[in-house]
Amino acid sequence: MSASGEVIIQARELTKHFAITAGVLFRHQVGAVKAVDGVDLDVRRGETLGIVGESGCGKSTTARLLMRLLEPTSGQILFEGNDISRIKGDPLKQLRRDVQIVFQDPYSSLNPRRRVGTIIAEPLVIHGLASDAAERKRKVQELMDRVGLNPEHYNRYPHEFSGGQRQRIGVARAIALDPKVLIADEPVSALDVSIQAQVLNLLRELQRDLGLTLVLIAHDLSVVRHMCSRVAVMYLGKIAELAGADELYSMPRHPYTGALLSSVPVPEPPEGGRRPRHLLSGDVPSPANPPSACRFHTRCPKMQPVCAEQEPPLEKKSDGIGGLTACHFPLTPEEVAERLPPALVRPAAAE
Amino acid sequence: MTEAPLLEVEDLRVHFSTDDGVVKAVDGASYSVAAGQTLGIVGESGSGKSVSSLTALGLTRGRNTAISGRMMFAGRDLLTLDASKMRQVRGNDLAMIFQDPLSALHPFFTVGNQLIEAVRSHRDVSKAQARERAVELLGLAGIPDPAGRMNRYPHEFSGGMRQRVMIAMALLNEPKLLIADEPTTALDVTVQAQILALLQDLQDRLGMAIVIITHDLGVVAEMADEIAVMYAGRIVERAPARELFARPQHPYTWGLLKSIPRLDNPREEDLTPIPGRPPSLINRPSGCHFHPRCPYVQDEHRRVDPVLTPVAGNAEHEVACLLPAQARNAVWQALSRGESVQQAQLLARDRARVAARGPDPAASADPGGPLEVQP
Repeated sequence: MSASGEVIIQARELTKHFAITAGVLFRHQVGAVKAVDGVDLDVRRGETLGIVGESGCGKSTTARLLMRLLEPTSGQILFEGNDISRIKGDPLKQLRRDVQIVFQDPYSSLNPRRRVGTIIAEPLVIHGLASDAAERKRKVQELMDRVGLNPEHYNRYPHEFSGGQRQRIGVARAIALDPKVLIADEPVSALDVSIQAQVLNLLRELQRDLGLTLVLIAHDLSVVRHMCSRVAVMYLGKIAELAGADELYSMPRHPYTGALLSSVPVPEPPEGGRRPRHLLSGDVPSPANPPSACRFHTRCPKMQPVCAEQEPPLEKKSDGIGGLTACHFPLTPEEVAERLPPALVRPAAAE
Repeated sequence: MTEAPLLEVEDLRVHFSTDDGVVKAVDGASYSVAAGQTLGIVGESGSGKSVSSLTALGLTRGRNTAISGRMMFAGRDLLTLDASKMRQVRGNDLAMIFQDPLSALHPFFTVGNQLIEAVRSHRDVSKAQARERAVELLGLAGIPDPAGRMNRYPHEFSGGMRQRVMIAMALLNEPKLLIADEPTTALDVTVQAQILALLQDLQDRLGMAIVIITHDLGVVAEMADEIAVMYAGRIVERAPARELFARPQHPYTWGLLKSIPRLDNPREEDLTPIPGRPPSLINRPSGCHFHPRCPYVQDEHRRVDPVLTPVAGNAEHEVACLLPAQARNAVWQALSRGESVQQAQLLARDRARVAARGPDPAASADPGGPLEVQP
């Protein structure tokens, strides 16, 4: 993959706070959900960037900010060098041609009263790219064929398709404008196991053939590992760790990443009983009232007093191991070995 | 196993009549669970895995439902119990936890209220005693400050905590069998790990049997002693957990194993999806129900309906597949070597032809020989 590719989207100090309001007549703000709270992230041309994390970590909000479905509370987003954080009207419409999204739920993201042909043609119509009906139909059928749908089903309604096929319709609509960046927000989590692979393979194929930049948002660590060249792990609105996929999965530095990897059930019954796990205690704290300094310190097994006082920056650690991590006391190779499923440790140890 | 299993399901059929036709949600499923053991039932949506366990609790009974077969639980056939007898079993010897703990808990009543009700509907104890028991179980289920939490409403709990409440409620009366229907699907991965560890820990302490229903092969691999794979209302393969992952025999099981990305596989390895989609339960395919999606299908598979039969050399491993054993072994070996489905297809055809010819001196001399791909 093009690890050295130029930066196509750049986020600086990105924050998004959603107001919590109270009162009926006199509505006033009583707090804010800090969904994204200071994220620095580069998306490089041609890569597949994964954003993983548990629910409420801000991964979907980040994706929506990157493509300006949401306006940031503060911070900057640059697309190909141009600041897009506050654009409106025509420039925003232009941005929509370059950055598109596939949503999680293929049932609610397609208008049930519209025929598939109309749904897929809509971006073309909006951007005035296919004014004549015959041309439009040809283009739509080409797209349907491209994503593995039968072009003859042009006149069907979404309910006539299965979940996997609907997700293909969503993908066809997203690539109709030949975008440079495709954001896929949990594209397979609503699908059956045997169907997931069909959609993942399609996304990979499209990325290869169309030279797309893909941003994949997912909670499934195995899916992200399979698809992505770089991975950002988010926790409570911040990036905890950012590294190349091989690095992240063989040598995670942040204790949260370690805990995530230790939690993934591996489809291989453990020899002689049960796999020892490094479980986290408790739940993710509320993003409306996140812990001070390092946000993970309330659940972290390596917590020290400094973690509650000083926020660790996202940086490459001085020992040179692993990618960028925001932690005062990153995992050592021994601690990593205890946490990873045995099969993941082997290749790293062999090096 | 010498003693009789705790739950023995034989030829269970659950058919729902609808306006569109008869939905054969479960159509001839047989399985059993021994006391203290864990059975994992794996399948996709619509495979009948949930309906079969709901039936065990008498929750699918209704005017439009036709249920047949036998479900022997601790010496009684659950299918023949009348409503009041069923009520005695349900929540007592036999308990269940559901996928979505928020909709399984009543939003109007405090958690404590609901727990106390669950104790008192089965045991003749005072409210104070029931309360004590409820607090004890909440603590056992890993809820901090259990006594304080008794007066809280379900919406005040997080997803993982709600599932802990459900587990506490299910275990109040020390059931012999706990059915867990996708218990962690709605939860985040770190919380999922907590809940799975909790279930294992409670099983060790209380000695109950568990039936865990899931679509996640990782979850069954970690939890189950034995695994049953369901497809279109039937069990298509059943084996001890390690055996199933080491020597899977059914093309659907192969498909499942090869279509998920795994943390322990090479990163760039391509996934092999199962083509098509699960069949309609109203109009099921003839013969083997899996044949329209099976890469190794042969003509007779479209006509003959396979039954669950033991795999040669291992009575605990059963499979419902018409492919000859040699073909199945050869295909799985090829697939696990990383060969493509196309190559495995040729191999299956080749091995099936050899098997059909009967004992052939040349073939039997080298039954598992190297791959000979014929054009």
